[in-house]
Amino acid sequence: MQSKNPYFFLILSILITVPFWVVIACGGKKSEDKPAADKPAAPGQPGTPEAPAELKVAALLTGAGATFPFPLYSKWADAYGKENGLKLNYQAIGSGGGVAQIKKKTVDFGASDEPMKPEDLEKEGLFQFPMAIGGVVPVINVEGLADGALKLSPAVLCGIYLGDIKKWDHEEIKKLNEGLTLPAKDIAVVYRSDGSGTTWIFTDYLSRVCPAWKDKVGAGKSVQWPVGMGGKGNPGVAAYVKQTAGAIGYVEFAYALQNRLPAVQLKNQDGQFVKPAIESFMAAAKHADWEKAPGFFMVLNDQPGAETWPIAGATFILIHRAQADAAKTRAIFRFFDWCYRSGAALAKELHYVPMPENVIELVAKRWASEITADGKPIVWK
Amino acid sequence: MTLRRLANLWKAQTSFRKTSAFHRSADRAFRLLTLLCAVSTLLLVGAILWNLVENAWPSITRFGLGFVTSSQWNPVKSQYGAASSIYGTLVSTAIALILALPISVAIALFLTSYAPPWLARIVGTCVELLAAIPSIIYGMWGLFVFAPYMQKTVQPMLAKLPGPLFDGAPLGVGMLTAGIILALMILPFLTAVMRDVFSMTPPVLLESAAGMGSTSWEVTRKIAIPYGLRGLIGATFLGLGRAIGETMAVTFVIGNSHRISTSLFAPGNTIASTLANEFNEADSPLLEAALIELGLILFVITLIIQILAHLWLRSLQKRQAR
Repeated sequence: MQSKNPYFFLILSILITVPFWVVIACGGKKSEDKPAADKPAAPGQPGTPEAPAELKVAALLTGAGATFPFPLYSKWADAYGKENGLKLNYQAIGSGGGVAQIKKKTVDFGASDEPMKPEDLEKEGLFQFPMAIGGVVPVINVEGLADGALKLSPAVLCGIYLGDIKKWDHEEIKKLNEGLTLPAKDIAVVYRSDGSGTTWIFTDYLSRVCPAWKDKVGAGKSVQWPVGMGGKGNPGVAAYVKQTAGAIGYVEFAYALQNRLPAVQLKNQDGQFVKPAIESFMAAAKHADWEKAPGFFMVLNDQPGAETWPIAGATFILIHRAQADAAKTRAIFRFFDWCYRSGAALAKELHYVPMPENVIELVAKRWASEITADGKPIVWK
Repeated sequence: MTLRRLANLWKAQTSFRKTSAFHRSADRAFRLLTLLCAVSTLLLVGAILWNLVENAWPSITRFGLGFVTSSQWNPVKSQYGAASSIYGTLVSTAIALILALPISVAIALFLTSYAPPWLARIVGTCVELLAAIPSIIYGMWGLFVFAPYMQKTVQPMLAKLPGPLFDGAPLGVGMLTAGIILALMILPFLTAVMRDVFSMTPPVLLESAAGMGSTSWEVTRKIAIPYGLRGLIGATFLGLGRAIGETMAVTFVIGNSHRISTSLFAPGNTIASTLANEFNEADSPLLEAALIELGLILFVITLIIQILAHLWLRSLQKRQAR
């Protein structure tokens, strides 16, 4: 045993360190390639023969991006897969990541909560369409105020988040809520600390309705908040609001429902106070003029309509205009069309808002006119 | 210096070895290998540093020294400053150490000198178990259980104390809560290492001190602690290293605000929590560079602390030698 020791250790240590040296050696080359680079990607693959592809269903779609619609996409994929044998591999890596991945063509589609500007779409050769609608809801924790009891105007909401309105019994809030007893408590402002599409929708809304907000803060996935504290993710915000007396925060609608957080009524563009509900989000989408939105660049904040909830946004899918594989593109279209129509009930079950009929038809029309494979439009119905 | 010492060691050992030629060469190869491994850690640290600087360069050139002194963090206007994150990192770590250090020394002393062996075994195992809890669990527990307790019980009590440290509304989350959670997280590490340090004090020293009529406290203060000082400081830096880079648990309970406040009740942030919050959706190159520069600053802070610790240790040893 004693005499074996040198060999044993020698071999062992060489074996242990070999991968390390390989890594060191390769580290010299600047590693541009991200891990997802070798995933099966639709573009760039040799075109599959046309005739059999007509019958064949592409077995695997890959997508990456926004976390907000992740539960919905996986539920849709599961239900659709049982009917049609399609597998969807969706990675919820965040909207920014989704956009980066589709640009690099490492996935079949990207998903983002923040719509891409038409000129950027043009530059990257991308096409985007809305998939579902999410409402963002201010939620509160004020003693004696039940769900939907408190009414807020855009100016007051803005004042609270700017730190100008500090107490719940502030004159401005009292004026909107005659008959309610408001406590003389400090308002604890809560926001999302992590970069998120939810924050983008909320701050975009404040920027639209409140010039002071636009000047001082602006809209973004994360911004410089004048006051308050930040919770990580919807769960973080929900926990902070639940635990802090006098708190106000904003979360996805589904999250407010699941956690039974008391929401507020908001005054919309038409001057009506509305409660957050699937119907009032759909109203926002219906009144929006999608026809005149190039590249479906549309934010559903502050839309007209008496029953419209004013803080909402769609979540988007991004695909390349020039597809390499007609069969795969057909599979993508069939899947998303199924989601729009047969998947609408499933979406409502999960508290997501399905797209209204007029938008679905418009999307199908644009698919037919703008997406090509090998220069030819794709027949998918 | 280290290299020369290594070389000397090598020479000395090879000269009086009487093994076969093959064994000698295998031995030499093995030594060379260990040397390469040792050097590779140096290379690795250098490579990390170089990489950080390279990727942070856009932010370094854009903001210069202002990055360290400004507490602006405005992704909309692309203005970034690290002051609040640096402040939060140092303060939360300091709170953690101030709370955890005396407690862990006490636990370690109890385990090695006072506890009956069966109890020491049980408590020792529990401490090691605590060390194995993942940090996300501390974060969740901190957010859902500890923060409400802080808000309802601890903070109203502390608020009665005078001074600016405990001003403001009791929010539950904030700098103090983060510091306490960090203290809980590093406590088992500190305790486990300190226990080992104390148990290495030669019994003959302790017994002679006791034999000369010293009280237990005197034995501890004058024999056990000075004897194990090096190890104790080592343990402290192990804990400090964990606290300064802790990410998830802190992100959950610190309140994530880019503002510097004298009150420990106020929400704040740390370098690690800012990274955890912003990196996922950092789609502008400048934001990414700024975040990487934050990482670089954390790296430098750790380096400075290590150097200071070594200097302090050396001066301490000199004083003791005299």
